[in-house]
Amino acid sequence: MADSDLANLSDQLALGAVLLYVVAMVGYALDLGFGLRRRQREQAEQPAKVLVGAAVDAGGSSAVAAAEAAEESESGAEEGGGRGKTDWGRFAVLITVLGWGAHLGTLVTRGWAAERWPWGNMYEFLTAIAFAAVTAYLVVLARYRARFLGAFVMIAAVLALGVATIWLYTPVGPLVPALRSYWIAIHVTAAIVATGAFTVGGAATILYLLRARRQEREEAREEAPGEKKGGLLALLPDAEVLDRLAYKVTVFAFPIWTFAIIAGAIWADEAWGRYWGWDPKEVWSFVTWVIYAGYLHARATAGWKGRRAAVISLVGFAALLFNFFGVNYMFEGMHSYAD
Amino acid sequence: MTHTQQAATEAPAAPQDPQAPRGLGPVGWLRWSWRQLTSMRTALILLFLVALGAVPGSFLPQRGQAPEQVARYLEEHPTLGPWLDRLSLFDVFAAPWFAAIYTLLFVSLAGCVIPRARQHWRAMRSQPPAAPRNLSRLPQSASFETDRDAEQVLSQARALLRGRRFRVADGTGSVAAEKGYLGEIGNLVFHLALLVLLFAVAAGALLGYRGNILLTEGGAFANTLAYYDQFSPGRRFSPDRLAPFSIRLEDFKAEYVLEGERRGQPLDYTAKIYYREGYDSPEKAYDLKVNRPLGVGGAKVYLLGHGYAPRFTVRDGKGDIAFRGAVPFLPMEEGAFTSEGVIKVPDARPEQLAFQAVFWPTAVADTDKGRVLSAFPAPLNPTISLMAFKGDLGLDSGTPQSVYRIEGIGKTLQPIKGGSKILRQGETFELPGGAGSITFDGTQEWISLAVNHDPGRLPALIAAVIAIAGVVVSFTVRRRRVWVRATPAGGGRTVVEIGGLTLGNPTAEFDDLVAALRRAVPPAGPGDDPSGAGASDATDKTEE
Repeated sequence: MADSDLANLSDQLALGAVLLYVVAMVGYALDLGFGLRRRQREQAEQPAKVLVGAAVDAGGSSAVAAAEAAEESESGAEEGGGRGKTDWGRFAVLITVLGWGAHLGTLVTRGWAAERWPWGNMYEFLTAIAFAAVTAYLVVLARYRARFLGAFVMIAAVLALGVATIWLYTPVGPLVPALRSYWIAIHVTAAIVATGAFTVGGAATILYLLRARRQEREEAREEAPGEKKGGLLALLPDAEVLDRLAYKVTVFAFPIWTFAIIAGAIWADEAWGRYWGWDPKEVWSFVTWVIYAGYLHARATAGWKGRRAAVISLVGFAALLFNFFGVNYMFEGMHSYAD
Repeated sequence: MTHTQQAATEAPAAPQDPQAPRGLGPVGWLRWSWRQLTSMRTALILLFLVALGAVPGSFLPQRGQAPEQVARYLEEHPTLGPWLDRLSLFDVFAAPWFAAIYTLLFVSLAGCVIPRARQHWRAMRSQPPAAPRNLSRLPQSASFETDRDAEQVLSQARALLRGRRFRVADGTGSVAAEKGYLGEIGNLVFHLALLVLLFAVAAGALLGYRGNILLTEGGAFANTLAYYDQFSPGRRFSPDRLAPFSIRLEDFKAEYVLEGERRGQPLDYTAKIYYREGYDSPEKAYDLKVNRPLGVGGAKVYLLGHGYAPRFTVRDGKGDIAFRGAVPFLPMEEGAFTSEGVIKVPDARPEQLAFQAVFWPTAVADTDKGRVLSAFPAPLNPTISLMAFKGDLGLDSGTPQSVYRIEGIGKTLQPIKGGSKILRQGETFELPGGAGSITFDGTQEWISLAVNHDPGRLPALIAAVIAIAGVVVSFTVRRRRVWVRATPAGGGRTVVEIGGLTLGNPTAEFDDLVAALRRAVPPAGPGDDPSGAGASDATDKTEE
């Protein structure tokens, strides 16, 4: 296959991935929506069971426990027949995996066509980050059954791929001399993996904040836990579970981000003659790192844990996004060839 | 990382006085301030200040990176600029206030981490704490009955825990075990490595130097101050740190994409150089590339940029050769390398000559706008446009001049009428009025090199690697404690109680341990206990 054919195939696959992710997003939304009614029915029928799911506290296995409880109640509802016959959740996961496959194909064919690592410009970089985010979601799904994140990660992935293909698209081409180094495989890959994981952590953090506020209000209203709770937020796992999940993903991403920065410094030492020069990209990588470090500390500090820490984590995510978009399009820096 | 977490799980910390000490005297105040500084809250605030303080360093031009942009900014903002300058906002990362923030942060860090390291050292050498009275109140607990006697149970538990590399201590009728000290060690190592990293960076900046040189093909450079176009030494630098190497540039080659949408995009730069490590050392060849610096004499030499240096021969009004050589031009744009430069001929008689010139490596006519432009960065059709001046260059006035600019146009230097011309390579332009001639002999290339000596580089790298290892270990290993108590019950039976306490959250390891202990000391058969082996006794507090 000629390189141009491969490049075309890559573009087609990217389009396919976007479409599949959109379908998956709808699937997750339907799952949440129907799950709501199902849950409410469940709550009316057997409040005790839901209690197990909702009242979990600190515990690694508790996310799993909650998810299992939810799963159980779902399958129970399915057997009960009626409207819940289509399992939109499973459908959405299936479509996500298909989309992920197309997405992987996008990267592989692109790299093949260009005969190099497919992250040499902003289009490729953002496509790879979206891929890392979906991958991180699938891992979290497999390990913690965090399907509730699906709709939100899909939104992020579709947005990222949309922006990449519409505004940042760059035809396949060779690298500029500054990027011709094996360090691109190390430094950029680490940045991509960390950004993908931070994205999933960010999604979980946003959900946590929404859920925690809601829970607080409910407590203020002194609603009995078995009573009717409207809104999508009631479907999410307990705030504690979300917080813990966000923390776990961030704890995974933080060392990788640290490594990405240090690998970048080593590369800068090879290419630019200094390992740290406060280039805008370096400044914002550092700022992002410091804020996430603040989050990790805050989470272990009385008076800061919980929602304050979560807000810090979101500020860190905002810095990460700014590092990607703001720095490359607002400033002239040594990373600016990457557009 | 976990100042308070530690305080919560370690032995109750020294009695703390939450109120500001009133009437405690200077020592009390000092102690109070120290406690405040090393508290987690202060560390957090300092962290955010560091992040916040770094931000203007990306929004405003910085002297360390782009001094010319700072100058331009100051020109464009005559009122705001000087104020920003007074706040060191053009030197954020060398600003006193930035240094104050990170110094405080690192003092706070040291003040927290070093006592913690001492505490952890002690904890590692002391016995695991004795079993709490009520094991079932712990986050993880289990109990069952067995036919074995208490001594047997405890020795099995001891063997089991030792086999899993727990540190085990005997209590009365119970066994205490602890494991996972590495997590805290990783955490401490991470923070200490950050301190080392800071010192390495600072030491490198103090002792090292960096400089830039422009080298034209055929030119040579010896590592002495005189050769540098730009040199920034560290504060503790002394010139004898300049290793006595020398470099000669034989040839520079740039490869470009020749066809298609990306025509003109650079693919590879290679500078063929020869270097000597010392005055008498043999000459060695090296291909210098963007990602392939040369390490020589403890310094590193980098290929930073390149450009064109057209070669000229200038004859003066008397017909004598007043200048012959290559003149480096600066690129005006990186795409097709349209470059500009000046040729100063102070030796020309009767009047000195100067030329302002634009160079196009591949000149093509832009018919729409009636001008010339460069279509490709390689010299396929090198062409020069010249504008000639005569008069006094002002070089004798003592004021240093840029080699890229002519001073005194319209004052001491006058344009020659009809003195503008476009020349192809090899062509000669006879200046009107017998002022002389200029020949465009050929095209050479120049490279800019950065030379950098940073003795802190390697220590910084080692510290960074250790920091990463530390943070990974601290996130993956957790301290956990397990207690087993065996209490004789009636009828030759023994009640076995197991309790687990883990930093953070419960572990599956605990359940494994319970299962292993059950295999070692089999629970009593179904007798008075209808639920069999009592498997349902094992509880995670979290699911109650």
